[in-house]
Amino acid sequence: MNRNTSWSELVNPLVRSIPWSGIRKFFDLVTETPGVISLGVGEPDFVTPWHIREACIYSLEKGYTMYTSNYGLLELRQAIARDLQSTRRLIYNPENEILITVGVSEGLDLAMRALVCPGDEVLVPEPSYVSYAPCVVLSGGRVVSLPSTMDSGFRISAEQVAASITPRTKILLLCYPNNPTGTVMDRQTLLEIAEVVRDRNLLVISDEIYDKLTYVGEHTCIATLPGMKERTVLLNGFSKTYAMTGWRVGYAAGNADFIGAMTKIHQYTMLCAPITAQMAAVEALQNGGPAMMHMVQEYNRRRLLVIHAFRDMGLPCFEPGGAFYAFPEISGTGLSSEEFARHLLQEEKVAVVPGNAFGSSGEGFVRCSYTTSVESLSEAFRRMARFVKARGVQPKTVNVTVPDVSYLIPPAAEEAAG
Amino acid sequence: MKEVLEILESDARLSAGEIAIMLSMEEEEIQRVIKELEKKKVILKYMTLVNWEKAGEEKVLAMIEVRVTPQRDTGFDAVAERIYRFPQVRSMHLMSGAYDLAVFVEGQNMREVSHFVATKLATIEGVLSTTTHFVLRTYKQDGVILEDGEKDRRLAVSP
Repeated sequence: MNRNTSWSELVNPLVRSIPWSGIRKFFDLVTETPGVISLGVGEPDFVTPWHIREACIYSLEKGYTMYTSNYGLLELRQAIARDLQSTRRLIYNPENEILITVGVSEGLDLAMRALVCPGDEVLVPEPSYVSYAPCVVLSGGRVVSLPSTMDSGFRISAEQVAASITPRTKILLLCYPNNPTGTVMDRQTLLEIAEVVRDRNLLVISDEIYDKLTYVGEHTCIATLPGMKERTVLLNGFSKTYAMTGWRVGYAAGNADFIGAMTKIHQYTMLCAPITAQMAAVEALQNGGPAMMHMVQEYNRRRLLVIHAFRDMGLPCFEPGGAFYAFPEISGTGLSSEEFARHLLQEEKVAVVPGNAFGSSGEGFVRCSYTTSVESLSEAFRRMARFVKARGVQPKTVNVTVPDVSYLIPPAAEEAAG
Repeated sequence: MKEVLEILESDARLSAGEIAIMLSMEEEEIQRVIKELEKKKVILKYMTLVNWEKAGEEKVLAMIEVRVTPQRDTGFDAVAERIYRFPQVRSMHLMSGAYDLAVFVEGQNMREVSHFVATKLATIEGVLSTTTHFVLRTYKQDGVILEDGEKDRRLAVSP
């Protein structure tokens, strides 16, 4: 090997082909600016509830510092199985149908690597979380984007899925409630998509990390639909629901053979998720209900403030039914997503994430997370309102029709509410 | 109504307009509910939680266990009223267990509190005994940690 050869040329072309996350680029800019109110944070502002932290400290005192089974602590897998049974009526065998992963991120990577063969196509809705496409590419697969627009509430449709299928299509990735749009999928649309998936013999990898953070209607887990459990890998974790992002603990649930295949990779590359985090996760599932409900209620109140604030300042904003993000359209300012984010940061010291970081269909939008205090949110909106007004956006006039989310409310519930 | 109270209990400075948005209600409705709650004395007062030590003010707080003789007809209430009417009494509870009343008394210094206990509290008819405990340090009050070392350590931007 020639010593003068540069490292970048030696890097695997697949790795070279994937870009740095658009968020990363923006991150450096934000950290250099003092006094910023950040709406760019993709994690809860709550610190992990004390009872969970305390349980973790106790586990350390008791000397739980060893490896666990490759699958993860059986006690945690059993707690997850019980939770899935009670909340979704899904029955998974904790012995071999649940794998504890290092966050959903690892679960996603394992699922892709265990399934994707070179050239296989994976359908990925867009805008969506930054990791999906790179994970597909690194497994040798090809990403086929399913772009969505505000008119449809950023939902993909069954026709769109069907039209994108080729003989090489193997997987449909689902990611609802969605980061960055906050979109929640309604049951009817999911039923139609499930029909296409069954007819065309696809598999589903469903990242449902925000499932408990659903504010309008009820979350529908794709695995609960007829004939879907056996063709779905369900990914979930503790980061968002229990404010445990830094603990890095998640899980995959699905067919025993397939979970076994994922576990095979996991056993050689990760061995097991950290026992400390797993012990904390057990406590979260056993006693975390009330604290979680409190957080969900708080997010929902902020969500309503946020939607109101954007419409007040004249930015069309689709009502997010879940997660903790709003995705207002900013093209009325005449700026691109990146320009908007950069100028807003420089002029008003408010950080948001450019929508195009989540795929090209996110262009014209920015992601604002409301994981910050009401006080900070209010100040951030005062600054943003000033910023967009200076660019000719008329307050209190939303010209574009923003779709409502009444499709999320079942007719019976609507009557009761009325 | 419960939700309005919860929101105000955590931040009394939020306007009726903001609360209305947070609960998907009309501002006028929230104003009406709050007025009603104030009238019914469900909402007693809007106050500020102050860390006086940090403000440089010397104050002492004592918890006084008081045993009393309950009276026919009024039970503990009549004696209790004679005690809680004193402005020095910050809060007071009727307790189960070894004593009857837990009386929190605030003063400028220990001497002032002792004087109050000796000359006012202990001499009330029906008071059998008092045991005074001075507070050395307050860590948490009304759900708020006074010196909370936990701050926002999140990255400014994350996916």
